[in-house]
Amino acid sequence: MAELSMREGYGRALADYGKMNPKVVAVDVDTSASTLSHFFAREHPERFFNVGIAEPCAVDVGVGLALGGYIPFVNAFAALLALRSLEQIRTCVCYANTNVKLAASYAGLSDFKDGPTHFAMTDIANMRALPNMNIIVPCDAAQAAAFVPLVAELVGPVYLRINRGSTLPVYQPGSALQIGKGILHRQGIDLTIVAAGSMVGRALLAAQELDKDGIHARVVEIHTIKPLDGEILLDAAKETGAIVTAEEHVRAGGLGGAVSELLAETYPIPIERVGIRDEFCPTGRNIEGLLDACGLSVAEIIFAARKVKKMKPGGTEKQ
Amino acid sequence: MTELSYEQITSLEKIARSLRADSLRFIYGRGSGHPGGALSAAEILAVLYFHELRIDPQHPNWSERDRFILSKGHASAVLYAALARRGFFDKNELKNWGEVDCPHQGHPDRLKTPGVDMTSGILGHGVAVGVGLALAARMKKSPSRTYVLIGDGESQAGIVWEGAAAAAKYRLSNLVVILDLNDVQLDGPMHEIMPMDHMAQRWEACGWYVMQVNGHSVRQLVEGLDLAREIHDKPVCIIARTTKGKGVSFMENDSFWHGNVPSKEQLEQALLELGVEEEKNG
Repeated sequence: MAELSMREGYGRALADYGKMNPKVVAVDVDTSASTLSHFFAREHPERFFNVGIAEPCAVDVGVGLALGGYIPFVNAFAALLALRSLEQIRTCVCYANTNVKLAASYAGLSDFKDGPTHFAMTDIANMRALPNMNIIVPCDAAQAAAFVPLVAELVGPVYLRINRGSTLPVYQPGSALQIGKGILHRQGIDLTIVAAGSMVGRALLAAQELDKDGIHARVVEIHTIKPLDGEILLDAAKETGAIVTAEEHVRAGGLGGAVSELLAETYPIPIERVGIRDEFCPTGRNIEGLLDACGLSVAEIIFAARKVKKMKPGGTEKQ
Repeated sequence: MTELSYEQITSLEKIARSLRADSLRFIYGRGSGHPGGALSAAEILAVLYFHELRIDPQHPNWSERDRFILSKGHASAVLYAALARRGFFDKNELKNWGEVDCPHQGHPDRLKTPGVDMTSGILGHGVAVGVGLALAARMKKSPSRTYVLIGDGESQAGIVWEGAAAAAKYRLSNLVVILDLNDVQLDGPMHEIMPMDHMAQRWEACGWYVMQVNGHSVRQLVEGLDLAREIHDKPVCIIARTTKGKGVSFMENDSFWHGNVPSKEQLEQALLELGVEEEKNG
């Protein structure tokens, strides 16, 4: 299970869930062997539509299917879905408020070997600015699978962000999972690391390292970037006084942006954002190495944690 | 095939005239809008809403209804005129069209105007959204048919052809696109701005059954829609040759009237030319 890719977790879950819910249909853009919507296609060929390399068309076809009473999962690469078909998503999904599920695969830097053209590092920012959109970023294959029924049964637009490969496994199948509700993974009093997606596992590693130095970091997973769980974040801000955010996305407009905006207006405290710098990332040989090279290493989280802790009023680093 | 009686033809023609008049009144009242493309589509809307579509104004969300997407959403005035006249809402609701408290938006909004099946305004979406609706109807074994009205300038958008390809792949014979071919767009004549020559061949090459009609002849439009129902293995494109600004001499074939508003005198002149002053209640 640990080695299962997030896309496979998602793809198999969609095929399985399709057996129980005849309303679920899938659209793909000649990428079903990559997004792994082909598991669904094999199981439910009469409910699968491949429109070729045409993301805007795929989204609009999904809109029509939703208007006709179905629950379409539109599968495509996140970079294209969030950018080439952004206008379709804005007008026909969000403004028209249609029940379309955007399964955005190969998200973040997870298509490491194809390089920056294929990286989706601004997609959360693109989606967050749109009214009516729900944004979900699973942390691993098991959680991606667990989100499929929840996403299908939520009425309204959803952007479900799926990585190509595997991530550090975090989610215990069967454990509580609710859209819009963050997960407290680890208690701590000195600061909180708020992480999403592939960075949740890395945040937990960072917290373990910090522990050795006597710094007790709380770790909160925010899988739903929108709507944001303000309660768990405010509690974290009040109880630990400093926050580090970590995400496989640029620092602007994603999880770090959302958390900063919320707390700047409600409970200002020191915040550091771990994310991709304001530049295009290079092609990599493997995902772990690429994440490390792009400012998303465990050491980067640890560095940020020490920094925010010092910034706390009267804060000095222990040890 | 329905053989239209003389009375049916004159009735639909009269409705088209009143849709033109209402469109201009709405646009004048709002001080904004797109008269040219509303006038060119008046017979098309009259035939759809008063002859072809299986719809129920009392139950606008009836799941088995036929669907209509005004993909050229800027012609909203003529759609609102048709919906109001068909009984989906009271025409008086458009008295304050353009004010923030008027439910009816500048371009059609499916969540705010009863009878609007799909939000539109950004050009190009109708065909691909129609593909999804037609696929859904087929899966449900519903008799519901989907009709999409697009403009000729709109056909310059690539997404139109993405949708056209998908419709042909799935042989969606329950999908009909009507193309309002008036050869005038915002900046000038379409054949100068960006020629879309051989329109029929383009759709045929995409795998559609294509017919060409006079878009101001209600008889030809009805016959075209009748024939479309006999096509069982392809989507159908009805190319309706029209005149932008049809029915108002000074608006015809002039791109100025794509998006400009008549003065009070121009409105009165237009209504006079349309010959509607005697049918206030019609």
